[in-house]
Formats: sequence, structure tokens, C-alpha cells
Amino acid sequence: MDTTFIILTFASVLAESAPLVFAVIGETLSEKSGVTNLSLDGTILLSAMVGFAVAFTTDNLYLAFFAAMIVGALVASIVAFSSIILKLDQIAVGFILTLLCGDLSTFFGNPYVRKPGPAVPHLAIPGLVEIPVLGKIFFDQNVVVYLSVLLIFAAWWWMYKTQPGLKLQGIGERPAAAFARGANVNAQRFLYTLIGGALVGFGGATYSLFVKLGWSYHHTFGIGWIALAIVIFGGWHPIRGAIGAYIFGGLQSVSSFAQSAFANVPTQVFQTAPFALMILALLFVSNEALDRFFSGSPWSRRVWQSLRGTPPGALGTTFEQE
Amino acid sequence: MTEDTITSRNRANIVGDFLWTIGPILLALLLTTLALIAIGADPAKAYATMWNGAFGSAEKLSSVMDAWVPLVFCSVGLFITFTAGLWNIGIEGQMVMGAIFATWVARTFDLPAEILLPLIFVGGALGGALWALFAGALKVYGRVHEIFGGLGLNFVAMGVALYLIIGPWKRAGIASTSGTEPFRPAAWLPNFPGMSVGPIEIILAIIALILVYLALRGTLWGLQLKAIGKNIRSAFWLGIPTSRYMLGAFALCGTFAGLAGAEQAVGVWARLIPSISGGYGYLSILVVLLSGFRAPLVPLVAFFFAAVTKGSIALPLDLQIDSALGGVLQGMIVLLFVLSQGVRSKFR
Repeated sequence: MDTTFIILTFASVLAESAPLVFAVIGETLSEKSGVTNLSLDGTILLSAMVGFAVAFTTDNLYLAFFAAMIVGALVASIVAFSSIILKLDQIAVGFILTLLCGDLSTFFGNPYVRKPGPAVPHLAIPGLVEIPVLGKIFFDQNVVVYLSVLLIFAAWWWMYKTQPGLKLQGIGERPAAAFARGANVNAQRFLYTLIGGALVGFGGATYSLFVKLGWSYHHTFGIGWIALAIVIFGGWHPIRGAIGAYIFGGLQSVSSFAQSAFANVPTQVFQTAPFALMILALLFVSNEALDRFFSGSPWSRRVWQSLRGTPPGALGTTFEQE
Repeated sequence: MTEDTITSRNRANIVGDFLWTIGPILLALLLTTLALIAIGADPAKAYATMWNGAFGSAEKLSSVMDAWVPLVFCSVGLFITFTAGLWNIGIEGQMVMGAIFATWVARTFDLPAEILLPLIFVGGALGGALWALFAGALKVYGRVHEIFGGLGLNFVAMGVALYLIIGPWKRAGIASTSGTEPFRPAAWLPNFPGMSVGPIEIILAIIALILVYLALRGTLWGLQLKAIGKNIRSAFWLGIPTSRYMLGAFALCGTFAGLAGAEQAVGVWARLIPSISGGYGYLSILVVLLSGFRAPLVPLVAFFFAAVTKGSIALPLDLQIDSALGGVLQGMIVLLFVLSQGVRSKFR
């Protein structure tokens, strides 16, 4: 295996994980504020379809990504409205929306199935692309990939290095305390859920306009569920979540090699491998046996806990402002 | 309070219940109609096609019942897990696993129908229960939320079915995704003459519904399960073995899902096909939500959903409208129903 091959593999993992990164960061923001948007799989399908349809009809990629973000925010607004204002079960509403958005994408996407359409153009960054090894991996991509990487650090900076970010952690961990300190908990939750949904929508359009071009029935094949699981795997931390997305992308490209090695195993069987992996990953981060194993010394416990993270204290609960 | 005011209040309640149920349904119909207009279709024609597709002939009505049976079985199972506060989204995969086990029994044993058919259903129940226990164990022992455990296992079960159909159980000479070799006639569930549905599965589904309804309402087990669903911590301190009860709820729900899968294999297709579960597992979650967790309403809601599902199959053939319209209508109705429940209780 020569270095060019390895560089190309890394570059393609970075590129193909971009939709997952957008979705994971978006959902992390939403869950960090206390709202689980379980509709991710449906949102991604619908926004991928709308993004492609808009690009196909108008040939304007800006408009396409914008429309996909609106779709994501709209679906998220239903989740936010029902959970924050109506205090309904977030799982119930999220699950209904998953199915409904999936069917909407099939219904409205029908005329666009397997149509060739526009794609996000390649854009190497002059100068930086000349850097040995790293240049080819990081700076020989397109705008969407650059944005996905920037978003990881922007989200991290916002959450952990700014005043509003601190407030975000507060409303998700201890809403009553944050409210006592003057935070408008429910308005903030609404806002973060909408922003999170818009990012998920952007991820959907990234899928249909770059990673897997075009539209087909259930085009994104369960990637929303994977994203939800990666948020947990990443311990609700943007950088760890992104690493989870990249590990997942890496394993996917490994499995595509495996697929060519085991030619007699049908491809559909390989398509289910990510979901077995998803269960294993969640088992890994939430297992009691591992907790006990690592609690041997204070050191190992601290490392383990920082690795796996804990959910925001008030995740999935409602808050009554008085 | 006089009797008069009680009855008038009851009447107001019944009228209110009715309006708050019919309202979201009408709104969902309106939105679906707008969706049809948006794609340039004639809504009246589309609905007429759906109606004909579901009720146009005796065979069509019997195909609606083909969907009704698994919807009722799965809803029955879901009442158990919902009572325990569990989201058994893995029910789709449990149906698939039931069908796989049933197929194995049907392929392996050469017995007369009176023995083989019960054995097939036992196998299906076992397959569904085991697959549900898998998700339950992931939850109870591995602390993996049942939504993720169940969903992941759905995809795995479908992968297993596909592997078996293309691999070990492929039809002689050809490996195709159209399904396994048809079962021997002894493994076919008897049907009404000229139809795809028979009396056995309908009666079994109704018996299952009544039994589970009574067990959840009238037994200590049902009460304890409800306690777990309401507040697992206090249920534990009350001395209820919560882990065992949750595993039991999963296994029972999986049993009914497995029966549904077996029924689809021997009652509808007479073989194993990749999409044997037909999305009925997921759909039954919507059925239970729309019934407002009231078991007596399930047969009715399931019939409505089955009719919409089967009726929309004719849409692409006759009008070039995607059959996902049925799912759009179902999803809209349940979403608006749940939202309207929230609005109603907020502004009561």
C-alpha cells in the first residue's frame, strides 16, 4: 500500500463523513439544550430530497442548501413546539415525524428519482493544497467539506469558550438554575433546536448534492439513526462526536474493501453492517462492566469518564417557566 | 352534583372527544389533498382510486385484511411494552425473525397440516420473542436504549432474511430477491375460497387482543407492569423485579410480532420474501398512538390504516402517483392527532 493510496482514503473519509458531521453537530446542539430531535432520519431524507429537487430545477446550489436548511428547521420547529410548549413525548413526536418525512420524501421525490443533477464543485485551496500529505487530505476538497470541518471547531468554541455557550450547557443540565440566573430557558431551547435542525438539513443536502449524488427511494439509508447514535457515542461533545463520525466513515470504507473481497456475500447484507456496529458502539460507551473495569484507579476512571461523557442532565425533560 | 349535570358533562366530553379526533383527521386530509394538488394530481381521482383499491372487490377487501392481521398482532404486543414504558421500535425486526423461524419450521418438517401449522406458529413466536429479548437484554444489561438496540436489530434481521433468501434458502438454480421456494401445501394457512385471508388468523388476532386487554387491566401483573411504566424507580422500591418484568414485556411483545411474521409467511406469501414485515411493525406503533392507547379501538384503527396502505398500492399503476401517499396520510393523521391532544390538554 503506497502513501498516495492512504492519502486518498483519508481524503475520501473526510469528504464522505461530511453529512454525518453536520447532522451530529446539529443534533448535539439540540440535545445539549435539552431537546431530543428523534426525527433525524426523516429530516435528512426530506432535506436531501428537497435540496436535490431545488438544485435540479433552479440549478442554484445556494438556494438548494438554503431550502434544505429551511426544511430541517421546519421539522425541528414541530419537535420544539410539541415538546417545549405542548410538553408532549419527544420520542413519540420524533418517531412519527421520522416516518412522515420519509414518506413525504418518497412522495414528492418521485419525479427526481435517478435524474442526473448538479453537484457541489471541487475547490482546492491554492497554496495550502501544496502542503505535503495534509494538503491533499484537507485542502483538496470542496466548500461543503471545509465548512463541515470548520463547524466542528466553531461548535466547540461556542459551547465551551463563550458566555452564551455556557448558558447553553446550563439550560440543558440544570434549567431551573439557569432560569434563576436570568436565562430564558424555553426560548433558548427553541432556538437551538431550530439551529440544530437547520444543520441537519444542510447535512441532508450535502448527501444528495455531493456524497451520493441525486435522489432515489430512501436515498440516505438510515444515516439519521447512525447520527443519533454517534451523538451518544461522542458523549454530547462536538469534537468527540465528529471523531465518531470519522471513525464510522473509516469503517465504512474498510467494509467496502471487504465487500470486494467477499464477492459471494450479497451487498444488501453489507448494508446492514453499520447498524450492528451502531449497537456495538453504544454497548461500548454505556456498559457497566467497562465502568467497573476502569474504576480501578482514580486515573483510569477520570480518563474513561472523559472519554464516554454523560448526557445533559435535563435531556428530554420539560421546563415550566414562571 | 345532580345526575343531569353528570350526563351533560359526559355528553360534552363525548362530543369533545369526537371533535378532537375528527378535527385532526380532516386537517390531515386537507393537507394531503394540498400535497396532491401540488404535484398536479386530481385529488378526487386519487381518493377514488384508493377507495377502489381497498374496497373495490372481495379480493381487495381480503388483501386489506392481510394487512389488518399483522397490524392487530403487533399492536397487541406494543400495548404490553408501552404499558411498561418501553418503545419497542424493534418490532419490525421481531416480525422478520418470526417469519424466518416459521420458514425454517415449514422447510424442515414434513408433517400433516394439523401438526405443522401450529408448529410453524410456535416457531414464529419463538423467533420474535428471542429477537425481542435480544433488544431487551441490550437495554437491561447493556444500557443501550431500546430505540437504538431495536432499530439496529431491525436492519440486522432484514439482512439475515436477505442472506437466507439469496444464500442457503435460494430457489433451485436461481438466487433472486423475489423469495424462497414456495412452502409445501401443508404449510399453507387455509383461506376463505378465492381469497388471500382465512378465518384462523383473524380469530387468533382478536383473541390475542382480548386476552392482553384483560390481562393488562385486570391482573396484578398488568398493574405491576403499569407501575414500571409510570415510575420505574418507585416500582423497584415496591419490590417489583423490574429487569425481569421488562425482559418479559419485550419477550411477550416479540411473541406477538413473531406470530404476525409467521402469519405473513404462511398465510399471505406461502414463502419467505425480503420485505416480509411490510413495514407493519412501524405502522402498528402509529396505530397504537392513534388509538390513544385504547385497545378496543385497535381493530378499527388498524382496519383504517390497512385500507389506506392497500388502497394506495393502486395509485402508481392507475395514476402515476407514488404509493407513499398512503404513508403521508397516515403520518399526517397521527401527527396532528397527537399534537391536538397536546393543545387540548394545554388549553383545557
